[in-house]
Amino acid sequence: MTDRAFAVVRAGALTTVQDLGRAGHAHLGVPRSGALDADAHRLANRLVGNGPEAATLETTVTGCAVRMRSAGTVAVTGAPCPVTVDGRPAPWGAPVHVPADAVLEVGTAAYGLRSYLAFAGGIEAEPVLGSRATDLLSGLGPDPLSDGAVLPLGTPGAPVPAADAVPHAGPARELVLPVRLGPRDDWFTVAGLRTLLTGVWRVSSASNRIGLRTEGPSLERARDGELPSEGMALGAVQVPPNGLPVLFLADHPTTGGYPVIGVVRESALSAAAQAAPGTPVRFVRAHSGF
Amino acid sequence: MTALPAAGPRTRPAESPGLRMRTLPVGDHGLLVELDSGAAVEALHAELLRRAAAGLLPATREIVPAARTVLIDGLAEPERFAAELTGWDIPPATRSGAQTLEVPVRYDGPDLADVAELWGVTPEEVVRIHSGTEFRVAFCGFAPGFGYLTGLPERYHVPRRATPRTRLPVGSVALAGPYTGVYPRSSPGGWQLLGTTDAVLWDASREPAALFAPGTLVRFVPQPFDPHPEAAQ
Repeated sequence: MTDRAFAVVRAGALTTVQDLGRAGHAHLGVPRSGALDADAHRLANRLVGNGPEAATLETTVTGCAVRMRSAGTVAVTGAPCPVTVDGRPAPWGAPVHVPADAVLEVGTAAYGLRSYLAFAGGIEAEPVLGSRATDLLSGLGPDPLSDGAVLPLGTPGAPVPAADAVPHAGPARELVLPVRLGPRDDWFTVAGLRTLLTGVWRVSSASNRIGLRTEGPSLERARDGELPSEGMALGAVQVPPNGLPVLFLADHPTTGGYPVIGVVRESALSAAAQAAPGTPVRFVRAHSGF
Repeated sequence: MTALPAAGPRTRPAESPGLRMRTLPVGDHGLLVELDSGAAVEALHAELLRRAAAGLLPATREIVPAARTVLIDGLAEPERFAAELTGWDIPPATRSGAQTLEVPVRYDGPDLADVAELWGVTPEEVVRIHSGTEFRVAFCGFAPGFGYLTGLPERYHVPRRATPRTRLPVGSVALAGPYTGVYPRSSPGGWQLLGTTDAVLWDASREPAALFAPGTLVRFVPQPFDPHPEAAQ
């Protein structure tokens, strides 16, 4: 029997197993989780012939390296980075055949933060509530990768498609987030709302899978205090007492008491997942329709 | 004035205006429904689940009740749903026939004496009052399986501790504000510790994983314990 698996040679700064997450359990206090750059996750899966629900690896800045226990097809997307197989250069953003026992190296991101590594057949870690995603807020799902860990792979399904040309926008000079005001925009003054839609922030180095934190102008509140805990949506822009907006990403808490001034459109969250600390951030009013 | 009839039989005044609610936008596909009371949240949440079970609800991704709100996310047409919602005839939630979950507790928490002082009773009275109360999981949050349980009358609501503890052990039964909570794992926290339970609040391999879900009725049952364990050592 083929040992369909890979061993972690270099775990990198933070590499986690991710899929589309476990939506539908927020009422139990379970965050959605899942790939932060869902577009890159889907693309990586498509390049190796997987469905979008297959689990991939999400790296953080420094990539990772794995040794394949059996030959297989992989693809790296998301943050562009050098890809090598046993030290020889291989393409980023395209299917790559890796022989058995070869080491696949996902290098440090040239720009962006998170690369996605898909394996034909997907990573078969034990699912929790229907998802293999690692949730760093609540500790559900597989542990973050550690050197020496071995993760099983599934059986490849569809034949691997011919390589698509992968369009890539290049490094973003700024992160522009379309936001729809509410539910708690009435907790802010007119000046505070104007600041939201005209101000420029920078991505804080304290950002993580839970939220993108910002540094910049403070949003003026019309009232003090906290709300009774209420449900929080993906993309919510929560404003803690320091007035600096926090954009909730996949591992965000399911409830909270700080007011949410607006909610960022989900289609913009993949770009947010790649915005490095220091990247300028602006919010623009989202108009109805797409 | 509340629009919700007091708890009791499932009847309502003929001219009842229904639940008073305010719907707020949450992005392109969500709706936050704000209500006047926890009882109104309970009633709307029960109605949403009834309609979902009967196939009468549009597709949603999440329905998250909280203290005074219900978040409904993943709606294709949230504005249309908001308009429909305001026309619903929502009966007050009834608890008849519902099972009550019994959770054994050793009332040996380090804050029992402080809570007794806040309540103006003896520690023994705290145990009697707390274990004599029927609680309901109003909502969950903070961690998988952590429920915010209501049921204590307002005179027994307590503040958080001025200095949070760096570690509350797993199974801690604790009070803050109007809520009783049980910690599914060890965690820092500022809640007032009444005792501990061996009940497993969260087990991802169990079906259901969470012992507490919104709407679960709970009674805490005092367990004997050795009040001076250090003396036995």
